[in-house]
Amino acid sequence: MNEQQPADAAADPLGDETVIQLIDVNKWYGNFQALRDVNVSVKRGERVVVCGPSGSGKSTMIRCINRLEAHQKGQIIVDGIELTDNLKNIEAIRSEVGMVFQSFNLFPHMQVIDNLTLAPMLVRKMPKADAEAIAMKYLERVQIPEQAYKYPGQLSGGQQQRVAIARSLCMQPRIMLFDEPTSALDPEMIKEVLDVMVELADEGMTMMVVTHEMGFAKTVADTMIFMDDAEIVEIAKPDVFFTNPESERTQLFLNQILTH
Amino acid sequence: MISAAVPLSCAGGGDFSLIHFFLLSDNMASSEDSATEKLTAPDRVTPKGDTSIFNSMAFRGIAYQVLLAAFVILGGLYLYINVNANLERQGIATGWSFFNENAGFDIGESPIEYDSEDSYGFALWVGVLNTLRVAFVGIILATILGVFMGIARTSRNWLLSKVANVYVEICRNVPVVLHVLFWATVVRFLPHPKQAITPFDGAFLMNRGIVFPIPNEHPAYIWVGVAFVLGVIGAIFLGRWAQRWREMTGQYIPTFLWGCVIVIGLPLAAWLVQGAPLTWNVPALRGFNFQGGMALSPEYAALVVGVTVYTAAFIAEIVRAGIQSVPHGQIEAARALGLRPRFIMHYVTMPQALRVIVPPTASQYLSLTKNSSLGVLIGYPDLVNIGNTTLNQTGQAVEAIAIMMIVYLSISLAISTFMNLYNRLVAIKER
Repeated sequence: MNEQQPADAAADPLGDETVIQLIDVNKWYGNFQALRDVNVSVKRGERVVVCGPSGSGKSTMIRCINRLEAHQKGQIIVDGIELTDNLKNIEAIRSEVGMVFQSFNLFPHMQVIDNLTLAPMLVRKMPKADAEAIAMKYLERVQIPEQAYKYPGQLSGGQQQRVAIARSLCMQPRIMLFDEPTSALDPEMIKEVLDVMVELADEGMTMMVVTHEMGFAKTVADTMIFMDDAEIVEIAKPDVFFTNPESERTQLFLNQILTH
Repeated sequence: MISAAVPLSCAGGGDFSLIHFFLLSDNMASSEDSATEKLTAPDRVTPKGDTSIFNSMAFRGIAYQVLLAAFVILGGLYLYINVNANLERQGIATGWSFFNENAGFDIGESPIEYDSEDSYGFALWVGVLNTLRVAFVGIILATILGVFMGIARTSRNWLLSKVANVYVEICRNVPVVLHVLFWATVVRFLPHPKQAITPFDGAFLMNRGIVFPIPNEHPAYIWVGVAFVLGVIGAIFLGRWAQRWREMTGQYIPTFLWGCVIVIGLPLAAWLVQGAPLTWNVPALRGFNFQGGMALSPEYAALVVGVTVYTAAFIAEIVRAGIQSVPHGQIEAARALGLRPRFIMHYVTMPQALRVIVPPTASQYLSLTKNSSLGVLIGYPDLVNIGNTTLNQTGQAVEAIAIMMIVYLSISLAISTFMNLYNRLVAIKER
């Protein structure tokens, strides 16, 4: 599936098919409003980068998309399925939506290869041999096949995050969510992870990335979203977003993070 | 570590080959090593050829060991001489000859035939068995209750978690002695045999204990037992086979369900094949007491319930802590992969929780076993009870206490050996 998409993407960068749609989504933690009237729609193959100051609701928003958090008002439709508290729907969506976390969250008691084959075997009911073949394929993709039989604790942060990406890819998801994937990494390891993500983007994967890496955003993003104070302040193409943003708040934020 | 040690001994003069050897082979605390590192680091403190042996870590290490050993040996010697002198002055003969003398006292209950004509040794053995009877049943019941309560405490069901919470807080904050006395009192306040409470037909609760019906013996039951053992073995093999089958084909087989079918079905089939013999030995009131069935004494029931309820509260806390020790990110990652709650529990949460749960649970088993000695308070003939009687009658205080200590030590070591083995089995590798 992934192999075919670059060709399509070249002909028509973005299809018409909307794969993620958030309509007037609201979420509260007690009295604190974490999301206020959020409206987003993401097309198949689109690469969306979400940025904004900490506490602005970026992570909450993408965690709502695979229902690690439940929204309280509005609608979220992923791949044609609306997210309600229907467990079957949630499981179906989660197996189609990969997620990469800031803190990797690899299973420390399993070898890398077992981290990768666990979900394909249990959720996709795949024979072990097949699951391992796929796991090795993706480990090669993230360039660490030689680490397959090590435990996560033996790897560097950058390697762990690449394993985490491979683990998500093993489910052959149609959408990938990245929640600040490089924020917990030492500076010299950020590049190796971003390289993998750029490659993934080039292959036409639908991606939604929360990040502060503006260089990465400029390279891959089709759409930039700026969030502040639980709201979406601005949605724009990257060239407009970085040179001539509409909102003053966006301007201020960009000045803060780009001037050093 | 080692590299830091080498320059010191070299700078120290080179002829300290013995010390050199010790430094290399020694596994001294790393903090001392880092101190060495600081000293030998740049040129702040230059070793001035002060090669006094008292500055050597190896020498100090050995010196402390020798001092401690001397202290222990001298202390032991002093106690031994003192005890011997006192015993001699009071004219008490030491020795184990009383072991074969007639005990001359009755024991309230015993899993094996015993009467007052039997020897002290045999009486003590009855005490050991009675202690084991409480410890074994108590450990099993406390584990079941504790695990249930521990999981209940982490439940999102408000009522369930609050009930478990209240149970834990009340039970673990009351001394175990009071637990045992409380339940002993409860049992004493049950009605007389004639007004016994009947929870179901044939079972009776009263101040003489608990009696309930058991099936009459029949040769067919041997085969039922054999079938049960075969069923358990079969279920284990089924589990292994299902795992391999899943790895090969990806198909999931509900092993637990089929395992239950085999374990229950086989004995049932064996029983049916032999004509389904079943007659019950139902307890019946004859005169002032019940005859027949299986009877548990009030003391036994109170002691088991007391130590179980107390220990289960601690186990519940250990289980809760174990489950909550698994970082939430682990569960989120598993959820994000689309795993079902059952699989998350089995493959992600439990393996990581068990390593936190098992070692302290072993300690709880040990303390339950030792707490069973409180049976002496309510007249349950456990080891301490019989050991005390023996001590009083023979005056062999040192021997009687020594036997009790050795028995408890042996039971405890056996439990902890077993639990260590289990711990090694569930311990997870991380590198």
